[in-house]
Amino acid sequence: MIALPQVLILAAILFCISVAGIFINRKNVLILLMCIELMLLSVNMNFIAFSQFLGDIHGQVFVFFILTVAAAESAIGLGILVVLFRNRNTINVSELDSMKG
Amino acid sequence: MIELILFYVVAAVLVFSAGMVVTVRNPVIAALSLVLCFFCSAAIWMLLEAEFLAIVLVLVYVGAVMVLFLFVVMMLDINLAELRAGFSRFLPIGLTVALVMIFAMVLVLGSGFFAGSNYVPLKHAAEYSNTRELGLLLYTEYLYPFEIAGAILLVAIIAAIALTLRKSRNNRSPAPAKQVIVKRADRIRLVKMESEQKP
Repeated sequence: MIALPQVLILAAILFCISVAGIFINRKNVLILLMCIELMLLSVNMNFIAFSQFLGDIHGQVFVFFILTVAAAESAIGLGILVVLFRNRNTINVSELDSMKG
Repeated sequence: MIELILFYVVAAVLVFSAGMVVTVRNPVIAALSLVLCFFCSAAIWMLLEAEFLAIVLVLVYVGAVMVLFLFVVMMLDINLAELRAGFSRFLPIGLTVALVMIFAMVLVLGSGFFAGSNYVPLKHAAEYSNTRELGLLLYTEYLYPFEIAGAILLVAIIAAIALTLRKSRNNRSPAPAKQVIVKRADRIRLVKMESEQKP
């Protein structure tokens, strides 16, 4: 029988790994986007765990909307990334220091 | 009991592949590890009886978003060595932050507050349909948020296309700016002339 703390701790570990990933891979925008996806996944897991253990399905509706917005966010983020690479020929965060595109 | 074993196995694979995502050198392998993460999460959501969302996660994320990621990773010609510079320098900071956060969260979550009798999972009967319940809520109580979500997706499509569209040199599209500033006098010339007699 799965208990609530186990799922919550798993989601917490996932969230901490992605925070550490943002610290470690601070030069690579692609990995940063992947870390954000991982964070959203762990938050969604919390929502679903509480929705199941409290018997309230509204949490799952929230997860549905979070998935929608996250998909839109990653599509626009990758579009910006492609334009950035086309203009500057790099995706290194430390070189992206000018306001002009 | 078998549920618990399954949960621990899937959770171990999930944590391992999440670690791969943040530490691996090649972005393609990172993206594929993220796909494995999504599959494991879908399995855990399935164990938590959120069947519809588990399938949506696999279809939308693995099927669409991660394929988009892989496309972009393979399209960009990235200098990997340059992007890896400073990896070992920032590793201690990242590990410290992560360990402190995990310690604090385990302290809070493992304290027994969430293990009480208030939090017993609801076991549904075999004919219970998760999709039906979600749909009943989504199309009544959450109708306006649902339509806004559709509008957000439409805006995302338009924005992504508008950002990455390359203009070709010799297309014959009209120029709206020129069309708007045209005056009447530029197009029409009124001529005053005598009427002519038929010979």
